[in-house]
Order: sequence, then structure tokens, then C-alpha cells
Amino acid sequence: MLRPIVVCLGIICMTQRQFLLLCFLPLAIFTLAFLALPLARLILASSESEAGWAIYLKILQTPRYLSTLFQTVLVSIAVTFTALAISTTAGLFLVRNKFPGRGVLLSILTLPLAFPGVVVGFMIILLGGRQGLVNQLLPGHWVFAYSVFGLFLGYLYFSIPRVLLTVMAAAEKIDPALEEAALTLGAPSYRIILDVLLPALAPALIAAGAIAFATAMGAFGTAFTLATNIDVLPMVIYTEFTLSANIAMASALSVVLGLVTWALLLIARSFSGTTVAAGG
Amino acid sequence: MLKSPTKLLQLIVTLAACAFLFVPTLQSVLAGVTANYFRGVSSGLTLKWVGQVWELYAGSIFLSIQIALACLAATLIIGVPAAYALARNPGRISRVLEEFISLPLAVPGLALALALLQLYGTNHGFRTHWSFVLVGHVLYTLPFMVRSVMSVLAAIDLKTLEEGAASLGASPQRRFFDIVVPNALPGILAGALTVVTLSIGEFNLTWMLHTPHLKTLPVGLADSYASMRLEVASAYTLVFFVMIVPLLLAMQWASARAQRITQ
Repeated sequence: MLRPIVVCLGIICMTQRQFLLLCFLPLAIFTLAFLALPLARLILASSESEAGWAIYLKILQTPRYLSTLFQTVLVSIAVTFTALAISTTAGLFLVRNKFPGRGVLLSILTLPLAFPGVVVGFMIILLGGRQGLVNQLLPGHWVFAYSVFGLFLGYLYFSIPRVLLTVMAAAEKIDPALEEAALTLGAPSYRIILDVLLPALAPALIAAGAIAFATAMGAFGTAFTLATNIDVLPMVIYTEFTLSANIAMASALSVVLGLVTWALLLIARSFSGTTVAAGG
Repeated sequence: MLKSPTKLLQLIVTLAACAFLFVPTLQSVLAGVTANYFRGVSSGLTLKWVGQVWELYAGSIFLSIQIALACLAATLIIGVPAAYALARNPGRISRVLEEFISLPLAVPGLALALALLQLYGTNHGFRTHWSFVLVGHVLYTLPFMVRSVMSVLAAIDLKTLEEGAASLGASPQRRFFDIVVPNALPGILAGALTVVTLSIGEFNLTWMLHTPHLKTLPVGLADSYASMRLEVASAYTLVFFVMIVPLLLAMQWASARAQRITQ
């Protein structure tokens, strides 16, 4: 334990304890004013309609909100499993094989980490919009950017890099001796993947899946660009707030969304040390 | 290398994923410098659209840079001392506090923005000032700075270094600036680049917090996607890429460097 040492420098005299408290002060003020109080206000605001706290029950009784919740969860699950499949395959390949151009592939696969959700949406418009690549290459009308499939592709676009980084970090820690042992015992490479690598990766896969699911659930920017006609939770919250001025319902849905994503990322963190930033 | 069909399949999936992510970015770069995208590159290359973007959106680009730098200053002032205090007091309270300030990583920006709007939206002077958007950005980026600095500080024997300095008569402030900050520099650098990169690209909070006079770069992007021709939207995206890609590469370099120190 550190004894409090008082040292005078000019006119300021401070003990170590006082100095540490001073270090906390800016954070404490900022967090209280702009995180704790606003969140408390948000939770209170959700109860300020005629329904009171029963508004949370109303979410489950209103078909529109219920189908929105259902659709959001469904798209997020589909994105999660597709991203896990693609990123695990690519991640294991990139960890286990060194070849010229590997760095370039890795850069391409992690580049979208810095793209805001709106840019991801625009990428999908360039692929599947009216002037999009697919519509130009194939005869007939191939416009899917504004459908649920377009939204799925958009979510997949920003999920692949996040899942890839988590999987690769875990794969690098697996002892290559395990694979070599399996190889000398005559296991074909698909058996090595199924019996050695995937079990060792399981915690990372659960963590990465939780991150991907939470990010997809809360993605606003991509939905804002693509989902003008699709009811996903962030878009419904947005329209309830701005168009319908239904503040209580927007707040209640936000609280539900926030609790779900927070709980998921908590699970992710208990399975692997770190989480890659949400957003999109 | 491709002896087995499994390897081949892995390679195909990897290349397909790369194509999925890279082709549209390439398209947007091309469309941004093509005279008429519908007719193709044969219509000629031009910088006309980039020029038009500059005329229309230079203001939002500068606003984004201004907010990103202010955000950096705020996260340095708030985050670095806090990371030090958290690293010096490892315990349950510190863990709860760290978890709490990390909430903006988990709770969607939309929900945070609604919370901020409901508490401060009626304060007109603050609501229409650029610092309102700044608050959102600091909220979102602060955990990255705190964690980045903390992970570097956790790897060095801070207590022994500080006790040595204290026995030589260095005050707490002096020890903070002469020992803690220099030792934490790799973490501060990685955190700073992360903060600037994320702030320049932040949309979810900003869209809710901005006013018509306070359009940041991504808000302008959303605006151009909705109302401009494809070439202008692409040229604007190209400008964004030119800003964000070097930042992202620098951020990845600095993070890898900081991580090497903590291992």
C-alpha cells in the first residue's frame, strides 16, 4: 500500500489520494452529466405516456412492434451465422497460410471497420441499386438494395471484418502442435477443422457471434440508407420519435434495444477478453 | 499450398468475401471520377464531381475535422487521467466504473442520442451549438481512449516507478506528467488515432443530434445519397475514403504497436 506522501510544489499541496480523486473528476462530471442522467431520463420518459410502465407490455401486444422485433431478430440471426461461416473460413485460411498478397487481402477484409453505416448502405446500393453492378451485368431487373436481402447484405458487409478480427486473434493462439498431431495421425484437413480447430475456437465464435448479433440489432446508419420500406427496430424507433412524436414509445423501444445489445456484449466479453466496437 | 479441396474451398470463400467488400468501394471510387457513370468509364474521367462536392460540402468536411480535434482534446483531458486513476485503483469499483463508461460501445447510438435529446433538447443555446454534437462524439469515443491507455499502464510496473520518483521528492502532479504520460504514450497514440477515426465517421448519434446548420461529413454523405446524382455521391464517398483510410491504417499500426508493449 502506498502511504500518502504530501509534497508541496509552489502553492499546490496534494496527497496521492487527492491527486487520484482529481484525476477522476473530469470523467465523473462528464459521465454523470452526459451518460447517467440522460439514460435515467430516457428510462423515465418511457413511462410518461398514458400507459405508464405498462408500455413495455404494449410493445408485446401491438402487432406492428412485435413483427418489427421478430424481423430485426431474424435478419440479425441470419447475418450472424453467415458472417461466422464466412469469417471463420477466411480467418483460419489467413492465419494458417502465409503467401504473397496475404497482407492485401487482410487489409481489404478489415477496411470496412472505419465505414459509417450510411457508407455501407451506399456500397450495397452500388451493388444492387438501379444503377448497380448486378443490374448492369445481368439482363432483367436485379434491384435488391432496398429489400430485406439488401439489408442483410449491408449488415453482412460490416459484420465480416468484426467477426474476422475476433476469430483470427483466437486462431493465432491455438497451438499448431495440435494440428500437426492430428495430421501425423492421418486426419484429413476437414477433420482437423471440425475436430481440432472449431472446438478450440468455440469461445471466440460465441463472442464474435454475440458482437455481430448486437451490432446488427442496433444498426441505424445502414438501415437509414436501405430500409426505407422495411420495419427494423432502429428505423421504427427513429420514425416514432421524429414523425409520430411518440416519445414514450421511442424511449421504451430504445431501452429494450439497449438492454438486449448490452446483455449480448456482456456475454461476448465473458467469453473473450475484448469486444470490437459496435456501430453501423 | 492448395493440395486439398478444403484449402481450395477456403481460398474461394476468402476471395469471394474480399470481392464483396472491395468491389463496391472500387465502384464508388470509379463512379466519383467518371463523367457519366451510366455510360461507363468510356464517357471519360473527370474531377468535376469532386469539385462539386468541395463546393457543396467543404463546410461539413471542416466541421467534421473541427469536431474530431475537439473530441480528441476532450478525450485526452478526461480519459488519460481517468485511465491512470483506474489503473492505480484496481478493484471492484473501478471495474464497475469502467463497465459503465463503456456502455456507449454496447448501447446503440440512436438510444444514446434520444437520451441526450430528451435531457438537453429544450436548452436551445446548447442544442444548436456544435458542442452538442461534440458531447455525443466524446461519449462514444471516450471508452476507446480509456481502455487503450489502461491496457498499456497495466503492463508496466507503475507503482515501483512512482515510488522511486516519490522518494526523490516528486509530487503527484510531477509524477503524472514525467512518468505516467511518457510511459503511456503508445496507448495514448493508439487511443488518439482511434478517437479521430471514429469521430470523423460517426453517424448514428450525429444524425439525431445535428441541426441543419451543423452537418458533419457523414451527415452530408447521407444527404448526398438521398438527393444527389450517383456521381456526386460517389465523389463525396471518395473524399471520405481519402480521409479515413490513412487514419485507419495508422490506427491499426499504432494499436498493434501498443499491443506488443502489453505482451
